[in-house]
Amino acid sequence: MLRFAMRRLLASIPTLLVLITLAFFMMRLAPGGPFDKERSLLPEIEAAINSAYHLDEPLWQQYLRYMGGLLQGDLGPSFQYAGFSVSELIAQGFPVSLAIGLSSMVLALLVGGAAGIWAAMRQNRLGDWSVMTLSMAGISLPSYVIAPLMILLFAVTLHWLPAGGWEQGRYLDMLMPVLALALPQIAYIARLMRGSMIEVLRSNFIRTARAKGLPERRVILRHALKPAMMPILSFLGPTAAGVITGSVVIEQIFGIPGLGRYFVQAAINRDYTLVLGVVIFYGLLIVLFNFLVDLLYGALDPRVRVE
Amino acid sequence: MSQLPQPVAGRSLWQDAWRRLRHNRAALVAGGVLAVLLLAILVGPLFSPHAYDEIDFDGEWGAAPTLHDGHVFGTDSVGRDLFSRTLVGGRISLMVGIVSTLVSLLIGVAYGAIAGYYGGRLDQVMMRIVDVLYALPFMFFVILLMVLFGRHLLLIFVAIGAVNWLDMARIVRGQTLSLRRREFIDAAIVSGTPPGQIIRRHIVPNLMGVVVVYATLTIPQVILVESFLSFLGLGVQEPMTSWGALVNDGAREMEATIWPLLFPASFLAVTLLCFNFLGDGLRDALDPKDR
Repeated sequence: MLRFAMRRLLASIPTLLVLITLAFFMMRLAPGGPFDKERSLLPEIEAAINSAYHLDEPLWQQYLRYMGGLLQGDLGPSFQYAGFSVSELIAQGFPVSLAIGLSSMVLALLVGGAAGIWAAMRQNRLGDWSVMTLSMAGISLPSYVIAPLMILLFAVTLHWLPAGGWEQGRYLDMLMPVLALALPQIAYIARLMRGSMIEVLRSNFIRTARAKGLPERRVILRHALKPAMMPILSFLGPTAAGVITGSVVIEQIFGIPGLGRYFVQAAINRDYTLVLGVVIFYGLLIVLFNFLVDLLYGALDPRVRVE
Repeated sequence: MSQLPQPVAGRSLWQDAWRRLRHNRAALVAGGVLAVLLLAILVGPLFSPHAYDEIDFDGEWGAAPTLHDGHVFGTDSVGRDLFSRTLVGGRISLMVGIVSTLVSLLIGVAYGAIAGYYGGRLDQVMMRIVDVLYALPFMFFVILLMVLFGRHLLLIFVAIGAVNWLDMARIVRGQTLSLRRREFIDAAIVSGTPPGQIIRRHIVPNLMGVVVVYATLTIPQVILVESFLSFLGLGVQEPMTSWGALVNDGAREMEATIWPLLFPASFLAVTLLCFNFLGDGLRDALDPKDR
């Protein structure tokens, strides 16, 4: 198991290197600098600014400096929010995003998984058909269409929930964003779960369990669930990526001070270091998450470890 | 009276597939709706009395749908005709979806077929590269690209297409690996056909089934990505528009009037739904073992 873990960890290093290098050079190759203003600055001031941010060094030197800082967790200063480092801004925004992201992933797993199992047990009957049609609709409705409609219904018309905003950890504020973020993922997971459950239910060991006279509930929960979960597990990586990218718009719509909103604002303000920092941070997160999923996969299914 | 046995007509893969697809009502309806939608998007704006970028100073701004002044979907917050805007926006959304899918198809098929045909070391290296790229958060790179290099339509095609080819390459490679072991490939090799021609004449045509299915399922994904970018304000530039951009505009004024949100959003949702149903049906029809 340890060797398996080491191998997986080593395999994610090139991904990280490509990620950071690509992001860095893309940013530097872009036309225009972060301090381009309509009014041109005095040459001395411009030179002073450039040297303060090490923009006057050759590109490879800047790259090495950035990588060196990165190894110490330093993502450089933000260009837009003077006096703040990118790491500080990420540390501010990330806990909020994490709370929303994790909640919606748990919600998606529970609801999507349950709906998929339920549909699989009624294959090709009305219940199955309606779950699958609903989930097809869920896949086709992007979260930024669902979110405004939810605000309109629950906040503007019914006055049940706040339309947006964020007061330290108020659960009411979290409800709609989490739901909007989870809905597409619920749809994906339900479809996936149904497919794999149907396949597992056809296998010999399930027939044996049924032949022993076990109640259907026990057959599903005790015998079929674990093997049927495996495809869901490998889908967790894409789910995490989907939730993270989704949070970019969801946080914007609901006015949540999370990392995704920083990202959009930084993109619009051309705060290059902050954009770069967030891309690298999220990339790291996704790579780390994929690594954990791989480990879990290896732990649950020994066949994976052998390869 | 004895009859000579009729010669048995061979059934091609496509005839078989069509037979199976005909029995899938959801996929057929989806295909029909898409055809109607496509027609509406292409010719609809020609029949509208108002251009998509023309401000109607006589009419009410943010008006509800009405029949009497030609604004059948109403107007947006600056008085432009929503009907024309929705259809013209659909042109952009569908165009991005189709062109970007073609870009990713070209790259993915070429890459996957080469890796699968040559196999060995080359295949390993090529697939490792795909693995590495696969783990990148590509959405962020597309956003980065749009922010840094400006919001050019061509860039959207390339960015989305270049990002989406990874899945295609993996699928095509897998199929090529199994085709590679078939006798007709051996025959081609023995008769001295150069590798490039084998790939083009013998491998790629046999991949078309998978490619068509996968392309149909890629189009809605790409449309989603484009509308996501447009929603963030990184997509096409005003006064040109797309469904994502329209949804974004509509969401901003939804408390005053719901139509600017509702029309583009439903067009977007219906289109995506139809592509997904059609893709699913095609998969069942062309790849029956996957059922």
